[in-house]
Amino acid sequence: MLGDKEFHTVRLDSDRCKGCINCMKRCPTEAIRVRNGKATILYDRCIGCGECIRACAHQAKRAVYDPFDLIHDYEYKVALPAPSLYGQFHNLDDINVVLEGLLKLGFDMVYEVAQGAELISDFTRKYMAGNPKKPVISSACPAVVELILIRFHRLKENLLPVIAPVDVAAKLAREKAVRESGLPPEKIGVFFISPCPAKVFALHRGLGADANLVDGVLAESEVYFRLLDAMKSVKNPRPLAQCGIVGIGWASSGGESAGVLRDNYLAADGVENCISVLEEIEDEKIQDVDFVELNACPGGCVGGVLNIENPFVAKARIQALRKYMPVSKNNLKEVPHEKDFYLWNNDPEIMPVFKLDQNMFVALQKMQKVEELLAGLPRLDCGACGAPSCRAFAEDVVNGLVPESACERREKKG
Amino acid sequence: MTEPIRLHFEVDGENFASAGAASEAVKMRLKQIGVDPAVVRKVSIAMYEGEINMVIHAKGGRADVAIWPTHVELVLSDDGPGIADIDLAMQEGYSTAPDAIRSLGFGAGMGLPNMKKYSDEMKLESEVGKGTTVTMRINL
Ligand SMILES: Nc1ncnc2c1ncn2[C@@H]1O[C@H](COP(=O)(O)OP(=O)(O)O)[C@@H](O)[C@H]1O
Ligand code: SF4
Ligand code: SF4
Ligand SMILES: [Mg+2]
Repeated sequence: MLGDKEFHTVRLDSDRCKGCINCMKRCPTEAIRVRNGKATILYDRCIGCGECIRACAHQAKRAVYDPFDLIHDYEYKVALPAPSLYGQFHNLDDINVVLEGLLKLGFDMVYEVAQGAELISDFTRKYMAGNPKKPVISSACPAVVELILIRFHRLKENLLPVIAPVDVAAKLAREKAVRESGLPPEKIGVFFISPCPAKVFALHRGLGADANLVDGVLAESEVYFRLLDAMKSVKNPRPLAQCGIVGIGWASSGGESAGVLRDNYLAADGVENCISVLEEIEDEKIQDVDFVELNACPGGCVGGVLNIENPFVAKARIQALRKYMPVSKNNLKEVPHEKDFYLWNNDPEIMPVFKLDQNMFVALQKMQKVEELLAGLPRLDCGACGAPSCRAFAEDVVNGLVPESACERREKKG
Repeated sequence: MTEPIRLHFEVDGENFASAGAASEAVKMRLKQIGVDPAVVRKVSIAMYEGEINMVIHAKGGRADVAIWPTHVELVLSDDGPGIADIDLAMQEGYSTAPDAIRSLGFGAGMGLPNMKKYSDEMKLESEVGKGTTVTMRINL
């Protein structure tokens, strides 16, 4: 399954779907249509943001991730917890309890993604000093990267061409596991514990980094319930934690920026806000900003749909945890300094999914037809035709996906 | 194609927040047609400046856009106060925008110069007391 181009992040449970159109109306890339009373996803437009999962009251939209038991296929198991995981627990005052809990669940080693994040913060500071095209846009949220690749093509050159914290953590953890276990690499299973389907998607398909850096991606929500139990029996946790305030700060919006720059940055969260910031950057309306951090989820990764806790509660808890922590812990002996370790080696491609046709002349003619059709539509964006807006419906008709008659309310000619 | 795609927008002079809506809509369509991103950028900047001018100097106006296979034509017209000295208005940095507008980040006096810079042809017609019409052509 790893490296699979056909891998999808969100799946529909048809039996549960009531065809209510809520998800279709909320999708920021108009990737959903309702056909024959059931939602369908146009996967080439899906950025994995999870909005449809949030919107569905019937639990019909499911995030795709790997089953927990996959870890048992490996002799030596490594857990890579995302920093957002630390914000999920009530009354937690020591991250080490979570890390010990993971070991009790059957993992042989824990390597915090926050450690990878701190290394990336350091590297990004160096990258910024090299005078790149400004503003530099963070590439840490894969939903935002996908959004740029499908809709904001010109901004691809502003993306920070650096692999994600989980990629860094996965590479270093695997090396360390080989060293410590003495086992051959194929006996080692490295598992990310993810806050969101977007990261599941990015790791499975490879986005910037190679596709095979982890052996599986688990859902924070699934690991959570197992962990709760395991953590109860942790009495005197050892000081396993290897990250500081900078690293766990990445869990919420603004955390990454704070690790890079003192000022001249902008941090926005929530996919609609990200879109309006990208529009403004594209139109060159945003000046005097060097670094832009965008998180598709409200509040940042603590708002990912695979979390349990409300994002703002999780953020407050992480802030409280920081009190007892050093600023950063980049005193690792194995810290890699060469830039090839951090830079993208699998350059993501632009995907012109909104183009009406590959041939510009044909696209113009189609646009002409879209405008004509639209003039005869009631502009209610009611969704009854199964498209999210009258415009999207007109585009679907012109592309031959639905008959014009699917709109009951149009002005009928002749 | 003998007829271009024609789009018409009413630009509301009362509402700052909606200024830019017309250029945003045009940008979206040009992307869907597959116009070179560098050209899309020129069109959006030129059109946005024209829209903003109608909002801050003329209490609103109209934007008419024609998309041809070879070029985009933008016509921005208003019934505002008009411009007495066009050569002066075209100078970089010249602005009559009041302080309140400047504090919002507008009124740098670069709008008309940018419209000239980003378009391949530009015509500015104005009559004091009657209104202003800016016509721009940007080649695809
Ligand atoms: N549509 C318009 N109606 C009336 N006056 C205008 C219009 N557009 C521009 N002007 C005049 O030309 C000046 C220069 O315009 P511009 O270069 O866009 O700078 P700015 O808008 O920042 O003042 C304006 O300050 C204003 O006096
Ligand atoms: S929100 Fe979407 S997936 Fe959920 S029931 Fe409604 S149409 Fe179906
Ligand atoms: S903000 Fe974080 S949790 Fe949400 S989609 Fe992006 S990477 Fe995933
Ligand atoms: Mg102006």
